Amino acid sequence: MSVTTAKQPNWFSRLAHPGQFLNWSRYLIWPLAILTAIAFALGLWFAFYNSPEDYQMGDMVRVMYIHVPNAWLSMLVYGVMAVAALGTLVWRHPLADVAAKAAAPLGAVFTALCLYTGALWGRPTWGTFWEWDGRMTSELVLLLIYLGIIALWRAFDDQLKAGRIIAIVTLVGALNIPIIHYSVDWWNTLHQPASVFTATGPKMPPSILTPLFVMLIAFTLLFALLQIVRMRTEILSRRAETMTRQAALQGDAK
Amino acid sequence: MIGEGAHFEFIAWAYAGAGLVTLALVAYVVWDARRVKAKLAALDKAGIRRRSAGSSS
Repeated sequence: MSVTTAKQPNWFSRLAHPGQFLNWSRYLIWPLAILTAIAFALGLWFAFYNSPEDYQMGDMVRVMYIHVPNAWLSMLVYGVMAVAALGTLVWRHPLADVAAKAAAPLGAVFTALCLYTGALWGRPTWGTFWEWDGRMTSELVLLLIYLGIIALWRAFDDQLKAGRIIAIVTLVGALNIPIIHYSVDWWNTLHQPASVFTATGPKMPPSILTPLFVMLIAFTLLFALLQIVRMRTEILSRRAETMTRQAALQGDAK
Repeated sequence: MIGEGAHFEFIAWAYAGAGLVTLALVAYVVWDARRVKAKLAALDKAGIRRRSAGSSS
């Protein structure tokens, strides 16, 4: 009778192994894609056909259904990158820098969309596309941080070394997230105070809150889907690079 | 239901822009995934395999 004495890796370590990740994540892609499509169809139906005009903004309230989800994702994606940065620096997790690299362009696009839809919402509501106030400026700074991180990933050939350096940059940049969130409380800004994610709960009627939450779910599912696909692509891309290097070394040896 | 009242063009630009950019992002992610898979397939076809190919997928 044999007794196994070697310590077995826990379920999290097994799931997080890049090879294992490729195995189990493939089963998530189509269900997530279908759920995302359903959530968007439902959200757009609510946004255009089943939500009332706002008593002050009129139909412009419908821009909120795409602006707020993108604003939420601009911060959520950075939060994911900050956790991944900790994973790289503290736990040396093999998927952490893969997750961080995969998320950066997604975060940049969501932040750009937040600024774009915010500007279009601002013109008829405030009379201007842009104002250098706390919320808008800190969101623009977030976009610049995303672009800087993407540029840094491209600047290094050694992706493991890049991962550690970018993890530090990401954690420093994370200081901007509470600034974005609390900017409307700390400074007297043109932007309205928080009305969805507040300590006392949302300050909106259910007829407006329902489409907003459906669109929030739709955009969050889209992020989850794209993040998984991009992580898989990054793992395979690193494999291809390693194989090319191995082939080159073997060629040199002969 | 939405009407073609005041500021309709701002709503239309917001949704059209966000829709186009989101679709472009999805297309880019799919294209990039296919590009890398094709690269791996080409390496495999050339007889180049990972040293650890037998131990994991």
